[in-house]
Amino acid sequence: MQFQFANQGLAWSDAYFLAQGLLNTVRLAAAATLVGTLAGIVLGWLRTVSMTVRIATAPFIDILRSVPMIIQLILANSLLSILGFGTSPFWFGTVALGAWMSAVTAEVVRASLLSVPVQYRKSARSLGMNGYQELLYISMPLAFRTGLAPWIGLVLSLIKDSALAGVVGYIEYMRSTQILITRTHETWLLLMGAGLFYFLICYPVSRYSRHLERKVRV
Amino acid sequence: MIRISNVQKAFGSVIVLKGIDLTVEKGELVCLIGASGSGKSTLLQCINGLEPIQGGEILVDGISVHDPKTDINKLRSKLGIVFQQYNAFPHLTALENVALAPRVVSKRSRAVARALAQKHLEHVGLGDKGDSLPSQLSGGQQQRLAIARALAMEPSYMLFDEVTSALDPELVGEVLETMRLLKSEGMTMVVVTHDINFARESADRVAFLCQGEVCEIGTAEEVIDNPRKEQTQKFLRRENRKPLEIVRSSVA
Repeated sequence: MQFQFANQGLAWSDAYFLAQGLLNTVRLAAAATLVGTLAGIVLGWLRTVSMTVRIATAPFIDILRSVPMIIQLILANSLLSILGFGTSPFWFGTVALGAWMSAVTAEVVRASLLSVPVQYRKSARSLGMNGYQELLYISMPLAFRTGLAPWIGLVLSLIKDSALAGVVGYIEYMRSTQILITRTHETWLLLMGAGLFYFLICYPVSRYSRHLERKVRV
Repeated sequence: MIRISNVQKAFGSVIVLKGIDLTVEKGELVCLIGASGSGKSTLLQCINGLEPIQGGEILVDGISVHDPKTDINKLRSKLGIVFQQYNAFPHLTALENVALAPRVVSKRSRAVARALAQKHLEHVGLGDKGDSLPSQLSGGQQQRLAIARALAMEPSYMLFDEVTSALDPELVGEVLETMRLLKSEGMTMVVVTHDINFARESADRVAFLCQGEVCEIGTAEEVIDNPRKEQTQKFLRRENRKPLEIVRSSVA
C-alpha cells in the first residue's frame, strides 16, 4: 500500500496563502511602527528634558536594544500569557516589536533634539516663545530633518524583524513561506520569492524617505 | 527705561559680572565696548532673561526681569535681541521667520502676521526676499532678517550682540545702515560692538566694560576721544591700531 499526500507540489491556491502572510507582515510592521514611533517620540523628548526620566528609562532602552528580538518575542509571549492576557498573536507581536521600536526611536529622537543648535532655541525664546512653542515650531522640525534617515533605517529593520513573529504563532509572510517549504520542499523558489517581496515592501519606504529628505533639506 | 543695578553673574566659579550699574533711557542708543570676556554679551543676555543672574536686579519699564513671578515671555516681546551668529530659522522662509512669533506668541491671524512680516522685511530692505530660505541669503541679509524678525514683535527696546562681528567686511555697512535707520526712528538700543567708529558716530552714550565692571561711561567724545581711565586708553589704543600692525607685532 502506498501513501500519497494530497497537493504536495505548489498550487495556485498557495499564492492566496502567501498573500495573506504578506498582508499580515504589513499589518504587524505598520502597527508596531505606529505604536513604537509615537511612544519613542514622547520617551525621547522626556529623556532630553528630565534627568530623572533619563535614569529611570535607561534599563528599558538598554535591554530592548541589546537583547535579540527572538528572545524578546518569546519572553513577551510567555510573560503576557502568564499574566493572563490571552490576546491574539498579532498583539503579542505588536507589543514586542513596538516596545523595541519605541526604545530605538527614543534614542534617535533624543539625539536629533540635542543636535538642534542652541542659538536657534535661544532666538525662539528671545522672541517670547515658551518652551513648548519653541519645541513645536523650531526644535521638532529641525530634529525631524536630522532624525528622518536613521528612523527610516529602524523601520526597515522592524519590517525584517517582524519575520520573527512566527515564533509566537503569528502567520506572517516568513512563517507562511516556511509552512509551504515544509510541505513542498521548494526551498529555493519560496525563499527567493520571500526575499523579493520583503525587498518590494522595504524599497518604496527607503525611496520615499530619500524623496522626503530632499524635500525638507535646509 | 532699562535700569540695571548691581548685577552679578557667574558661570560656575568664573565671575563674569561684578556688580554692573547702568541705566538706559527711552530713545537712547548705548554702546557697550570692551575686550573679549569683559562681560558685554553676557550682560545683554541677562537683560532679556536668557541668562540668570546671581545678584542685583534688572528692571525693564519697572518690571523685574529675573523675578520668578514675572511673565518673562511677555516681557521678552518688549526686548528684541539680535545675536552675533545670524540665527534665522533655517527651515522657514524669510517671511515665515518674521511671521512666526507674531502668529504664535502675539496670536495674530496668519494673514495679519504675514502682512506685518512683509512690512518689516521691506523696512530692512528685504521686501523681495520673502520666499527665500536663509541659506539663500548672504550673511548681511540674514542679519537684517534677524533684525526684522525682532522688530515684528514691536519691541520697545532692541539689543544688539556684536551683530557685525561674524560678517564679511563688505557686508557690515548694510547692517549698520539698518541700525542707523532704527536709531533715526527713535528706537531705544543697547549695542554691544567692537566697531569703535560706529560707537563714536551713533552712540548717545558709550560704556566701557572691563573685567565685569563698568569702567567708564559717558558720551562718545568723553569715553572714546578723551578716555580718563588707563584701562580704557589701553583698550582703545589696541582697537585703533591698524590690523597690519597687529599682524606684524604678533609675528615678531
